[in-house]
Amino acid sequence: MRRLNRRVRTILLAALLGALLAAFCAAALLIPESAAAPSLLDARKPPSWAHPFGTDALGRDLLVRVLKGMAVSLAVGAAASAVSAVIAVLVGVAAACGSRWVDGLVSWVIDLVMGVPHTVLIILISFALGRGLKGLLAGIAATHWCSLARLIRGEVMELRGRQYVAVSRHLGKSGGWILVHHLLPHLVPQFIVGLVLLFPHAILHEASVSFLGYGLPPEQPAIGIILSESMRYLSAGMWWPAVFPGATLVLVVLLVDRLGDSLKKILDPYSAQE
Amino acid sequence: MGRALGRLARRFFSYSVRIVTLLLAVSVISFALVTVSPIDPVQQYILGLGTAVSPEQRAEIEDYWGVDQPPAKRYLSWLGELLHGNLGQSALYRRPVADVIAERFVNSLALMLCAWVLAGVIGFALGCVMGVCHGRWPDRLLKGLCYLLSSVPTFWLGLVLLLVFAVALGWFPVGFSSPIGVRGEDVSLWQRLYHLALPALTLSLMSFASIALHTRQKLIGVLSSEYVLFARARGEGAWTILRRHGLRSILLPALTLQFASFAELFGGSVLAENVFSYPGLGSAVAAAGLNSDVPLLLGITLFSALFVCVGNLIANLLYGVVDPRIGTVEP
Repeated sequence: MRRLNRRVRTILLAALLGALLAAFCAAALLIPESAAAPSLLDARKPPSWAHPFGTDALGRDLLVRVLKGMAVSLAVGAAASAVSAVIAVLVGVAAACGSRWVDGLVSWVIDLVMGVPHTVLIILISFALGRGLKGLLAGIAATHWCSLARLIRGEVMELRGRQYVAVSRHLGKSGGWILVHHLLPHLVPQFIVGLVLLFPHAILHEASVSFLGYGLPPEQPAIGIILSESMRYLSAGMWWPAVFPGATLVLVVLLVDRLGDSLKKILDPYSAQE
Repeated sequence: MGRALGRLARRFFSYSVRIVTLLLAVSVISFALVTVSPIDPVQQYILGLGTAVSPEQRAEIEDYWGVDQPPAKRYLSWLGELLHGNLGQSALYRRPVADVIAERFVNSLALMLCAWVLAGVIGFALGCVMGVCHGRWPDRLLKGLCYLLSSVPTFWLGLVLLLVFAVALGWFPVGFSSPIGVRGEDVSLWQRLYHLALPALTLSLMSFASIALHTRQKLIGVLSSEYVLFARARGEGAWTILRRHGLRSILLPALTLQFASFAELFGGSVLAENVFSYPGLGSAVAAAGLNSDVPLLLGITLFSALFVCVGNLIANLLYGVVDPRIGTVEP
């Protein structure tokens, strides 16, 4: 069998991921709440044809809960990583184009954010905003922009030294015009790749922090919450509420991560033809 | 030699100044975050007492906490006490915060040190294997494993290990740092290590992927260089080349990377400790946030920042020692 080239593999990967995400969204919208209603007769059933992922301690179908939970987790992850990527672009461009003290300030702030372990910082921010979804989103968005901002700062620095930017300046174009017409278009690939690669980190942190009991309220079927519930029944030998939700999360994170990596290689002219 | 030492001392000094300013900023920001929180710590403190509190007693507690004072004044008095080594009283554990941190940090340090060493050794060894076998099946297999492990959430890996090794096989205990029903001073070193094994394994599996992939990348670079081609032409075998040319140039950068990863290590330990009910700093900070134990939350935040800074300081100093080109440029 001939190996498919990277472009085809990336398209296939994106299609697979798109189908999975569509399935989660459809499940969240179409499956009625009653499908995951508690029924004590069905409680603690191992996986079977009627319940492919088994049922939890209250008799709720785990497959339905996982599908709905993934939709919640994905929405939170997407929102947080989008905000984070926008912050990264703003900060990175400001650091590269502003005066020296702006650059110094930005690098100091980045050191500061990187200096506190992310989990601790998210706990602190979530505490400040009274826990809940808002705190979780703010915490993840506030901690994930640093490395992308550094990357974008370096990129803009390099672009500003190019000849066409100098020519444009001598033609009398303003700084803002150069930024919009010459610098930002070059940042689009970095931004897209950065966004896709931020996403897995954001979902993993969301699940972790929900698992610790911050973030989403217990009645929301987020993956972290299902997993933290499953902790209570582990020693009773109930393995399915712990294994299946986590494995679904890992699958999605792995696919997104590989997609981001392939995109990075395709968009970079040095490795595009490998 | 004297000049090199002087340079090292100057770098050490400038980083120390940076650490102090960073820690001050962390203290200001974390204090501000706790202050804007809608959660009332006095109410939580009173709930934690477990007894009814008269309005006079409540007023006394509020007075002690300085509720009606402006935040800036409260911050300054907190900072003043902090500089005298008084971090306040933990509402959750009913003990001084400094004592709680000191006791739990010993546990966390044991856990993180085991995981750190294990991750470094495994990661470096696997990175070397991947680099030497670049493009062949061991490389592909191990690379896939690294990608997989970096997509797995720490706490879920902990859950799975717990299921397999503690519940199904029964080889390891389910949690805690010592057997239940044994007094603290009677616990033997062996029992502690036995309870440490699963959390440490979880934490090290989480962090070895980055070091392995970094080592692989570096080693591939070294092995495709011309001096390695020349060594091969002289008839040196793969192992000799790795020992003479590879290890020397990749070992210290890998070590530097390991020291710079203290933040992820601490973040991972928060999750691993919660899964295994391990009494370290990580489970304390999660409990402090959930129970609104403000002094403990602030104390651990500052302490974790200090821990990360020390790691970065060592990494930066090592970098200067390893790479003389960096040492000559003033930071």
